[in-house]
Amino acid sequence: MWVYEKKLLYPVEVGTCNPTLAKYLMEQYGGADGELAAALRYMNQRYTVPSKVIGVLNDIATEEFSHLEMLATMIYKLTKDATPEQLVEAGLGAHFVNHGHDLFYENANGVPFTATYIQAKGDPIADLYEDIAAEEKARATYQWLIDVSDDPLINDSLRFLRERENIHSLRFRESVELLKDERDRKKIF
Amino acid sequence: MDRPLYRGSYKPYVSPLDPCPPIRVKTFVLPPQIFTNFQQPGLPQYSPEEALRRGTLWPLFDDGFSREEGIS
Repeated sequence: MWVYEKKLLYPVEVGTCNPTLAKYLMEQYGGADGELAAALRYMNQRYTVPSKVIGVLNDIATEEFSHLEMLATMIYKLTKDATPEQLVEAGLGAHFVNHGHDLFYENANGVPFTATYIQAKGDPIADLYEDIAAEEKARATYQWLIDVSDDPLINDSLRFLRERENIHSLRFRESVELLKDERDRKKIF
Repeated sequence: MDRPLYRGSYKPYVSPLDPCPPIRVKTFVLPPQIFTNFQQPGLPQYSPEEALRRGTLWPLFDDGFSREEGIS
């Protein structure tokens, strides 16, 4: 179970009316290397990994949901007051036709989220290496988002999120080290 | 944060026939976590307020990134 705190993990402020940026941010919302994919991936793998690293996966999955909430807030703020014309101009015309002003789990190209973005291989090392790769890909995505965004307030939140990916990657790398330590204990996973 | 430590660079091939002005040096990110398998205890820490702002408690793992840096 979760205890919900009615506030964001990190403040989200939007400085300029720029629906095009919302389109780009959707890559981290419903894209292959986005926060939803990360949260669902870890939350599912968590059950069958060696008990030493369950907590890491559970905690990071939880944090990814709080990141998803930040992305949702950014996208919502950037699109809620946009007219259909502005959305069309921003490249979100198809999104508006399909979803109105609602958010949806799609990537920047409007491709809907699919479970085939994630994997659970039943092998702790294979799973953790996938998780490390996912964090580095999310870090890179944030870099390119920062590069295409000229909103300093959004970029402040994106820098925070990017740094969290660094730490998550490190924690997964440490998890691999923890499992390597089990080598001398004649224990079969 | 010592940024040059966390960036790599290479010189791509530049053809005399390239259509666009060439970029002679390409830079890429080598984030701090790839240089360690396990975090050492007792690392220097940011103040709580600074840590909340930066997204990490430890300056060692904060490599920053900004569009001003112009990495891409």
